[in-house]
Amino acid sequence: MRVYFDYNATTPLAPEVIEAVRVASRDLFGNASSVHHFGQQAKAAIDEARSAIAALINGDPSEIVFTSGGTESDNFALRGAAEALEPTGRRHLVASAIEHEAVLNTFKALARRGWKTTVLSVDHAGILTPDRVREAISTETAVVSVMHANNEIGTIQPIAPIAAIAHEQGAIVHTDAVQSTAKIPVDVRALGVDLLSLSAHKFNGPKGVGVLWIKRGTRMLPILTGGKHERNRRAGTENVPAIVGLGVAARLAAAKLESEATRVAALRDRLEQGILARVPGTAVNGDPHNRVPNTTNISFDRVEAESLLIALDLEGIAVSTGSACSSGTLEPSHVLRAMGFSTHRTQNSLRFSLGQFSTDVEVDRVVEVLPRLVEKLRVLTKNSVAARS
Amino acid sequence: MRIVVAMSGGVDSSVAAALLAEQGHDVIGVSMQLYDQSEGQTSFGSCCSIDDLHDARRVAAAIDIPHYILNFERQFDEQVVTNFVREYASGRTPLPCARCNSDVKFATLAERAAGFGADAVATGHYARVERDATGRYLLRRGVDVSKDQAYFLFSLTQSQLARAMFPVGDRPKEAVRAYARQHRLPVAEKPDSQEICFIPDHDYASFVSDRNPEVVGSGPIVDLDGRVVGRHDGIHRFTVGQRRGLGISASAGTATAPLYVVGLKPADRQVVVGPKRALEQTTLTASDVNWILNPPTEGRSVTAQIRHRHRPAPALVRALSGNRAEVVFAEPQIAVTPGQAVVFYDDDVVVGGGWID
Repeated sequence: MRVYFDYNATTPLAPEVIEAVRVASRDLFGNASSVHHFGQQAKAAIDEARSAIAALINGDPSEIVFTSGGTESDNFALRGAAEALEPTGRRHLVASAIEHEAVLNTFKALARRGWKTTVLSVDHAGILTPDRVREAISTETAVVSVMHANNEIGTIQPIAPIAAIAHEQGAIVHTDAVQSTAKIPVDVRALGVDLLSLSAHKFNGPKGVGVLWIKRGTRMLPILTGGKHERNRRAGTENVPAIVGLGVAARLAAAKLESEATRVAALRDRLEQGILARVPGTAVNGDPHNRVPNTTNISFDRVEAESLLIALDLEGIAVSTGSACSSGTLEPSHVLRAMGFSTHRTQNSLRFSLGQFSTDVEVDRVVEVLPRLVEKLRVLTKNSVAARS
Repeated sequence: MRIVVAMSGGVDSSVAAALLAEQGHDVIGVSMQLYDQSEGQTSFGSCCSIDDLHDARRVAAAIDIPHYILNFERQFDEQVVTNFVREYASGRTPLPCARCNSDVKFATLAERAAGFGADAVATGHYARVERDATGRYLLRRGVDVSKDQAYFLFSLTQSQLARAMFPVGDRPKEAVRAYARQHRLPVAEKPDSQEICFIPDHDYASFVSDRNPEVVGSGPIVDLDGRVVGRHDGIHRFTVGQRRGLGISASAGTATAPLYVVGLKPADRQVVVGPKRALEQTTLTASDVNWILNPPTEGRSVTAQIRHRHRPAPALVRALSGNRAEVVFAEPQIAVTPGQAVVFYDDDVVVGGGWID
């Protein structure tokens, strides 16, 4: 059997989404900007999706801008807000050190163009304390960007107090909610942010489509210029089937958010407890309470995560060493490093992330297979260390 | 059995993987990332070897085996690249592929393979591993003599050979290509690579000077009598036996005797030149010798190969203490080059080999 515990990387499409994308690809080929019947049909489908995703995050449909996904949304948020605020003299950007690369590398790109950037480390549990933000910002600060839930360890950040602090200084507040949307309630008003990124393929929707929610009245400039799509905020012919799929995925998520969170959390907890009980030298990374219900990140002492990941895959079990973007290279996790862990611990941790189609049988399988694989790798590591010394 | 195949994206390792899979083995494809493949911040398109990783992945998909890219940048840098730069800076001519085989592929990779439950590591080398009646492992040249790569594998130990497999070593190159075509492997028509994998555009001199700026520095070109006959701009640009690129006028030599590099003296930044006969040498010593067969303390008649494209020549080899060896050729050999490997054969069986002093 194959086990898929890598839902934070991406999720399988819900059957309803597959059907909606199929039908939209066939029947809604019109250009949504066209005046005629075909265009109207496409436009109506997009607006239907707009309402669905707005409802999921308690935004207004007019505040939704469709993008190509989380990375574009993050780029749009940071570059668009930074450029819009440039004339005001605000040239300072603040983020946490555990942001996704889409934020961190956009910061680096803006830093090369003269922006001052501050990247804040987190506490040992993987939480950014609001006081750190208070110390870092000033009236020079243009944008504060802090993710809602971390992709590697799942910790939920205290966005509302951070947003309040940032707003006192007049900064725009962005949150990357790619890993929290549809896992926990995401309410843009309660969070108090100005910009929020999300991505459809993290909640059983299609890849290549996401949203930047832009609070009405936020100073923003587009980063993709061209036609008047998305009310001048994001040019480019809309990807109608993908947007339709996003809308269906949003409605499905809204309908079962609470029950799924409870069900998946129970599976995740059973998996975590099983691993901790049966594999010696293991520890959970990140705050065990303030985290999304589907994620656990576990360190395996004296094991290289990359080797364990491959050994698991050869047993048909798919997990991850952290963010999918950095796998294939054995870089220490920047998230675990920001939490103050040793180099070894930043390279010996695996992320198990569950979701809609996860089952008890899958949990049992992982708990059964893992102890043997870890033991084998530890014996080999011991031997090779002995052989070298 | 479970076998890890080191897949470079070339036709040989692709066929090696396909042959093992066809034989029913549980094959795992692995490509090693040996140096930074990411694009620069100011320009794109500087790296070609990323295409090789893509090819390896396409082949793995075509023959339906799992495929992983393992990052060995640190090990490769420590075991191979650092040595490469240091050797050139010391006036020697390194052989990085042999270092990579014994210190990365059949060391680091083999260790990782064991972690995946694999019993062996296979590569696309043209060589053969066999076991003799006493249970000892033998390394033999590939049947395609023109493609033979046993020379690059001389430093494998018995325990490394025990876990090594060379599935294409028993067939000619043309048969390997034919197999690839017949099985529609995506790399069937891909040209063979000729260069050192981590050196872009064959420009090893720039690579060495980038990594070790101290090597840059002009010095004298002197003849065998110590007379200065020209200037050079860094001894790392020269190798023993080299004729071109000396930049000295014909009048420095005699009209009938072109000049060759016959020696390098890094301490004095000197390049020594002389006529071709000054390149002739009948004896050499080697260090860090690996004996696959018994060390010939009393001397043994072998054929000895002093570089990849050298026809092994009759010689007498004797094992010395401290993992060293002394070689006496029956006939003088041209351009015995410090830093290259000398490998000893009994017919097509590798007796051992070492690094030329």
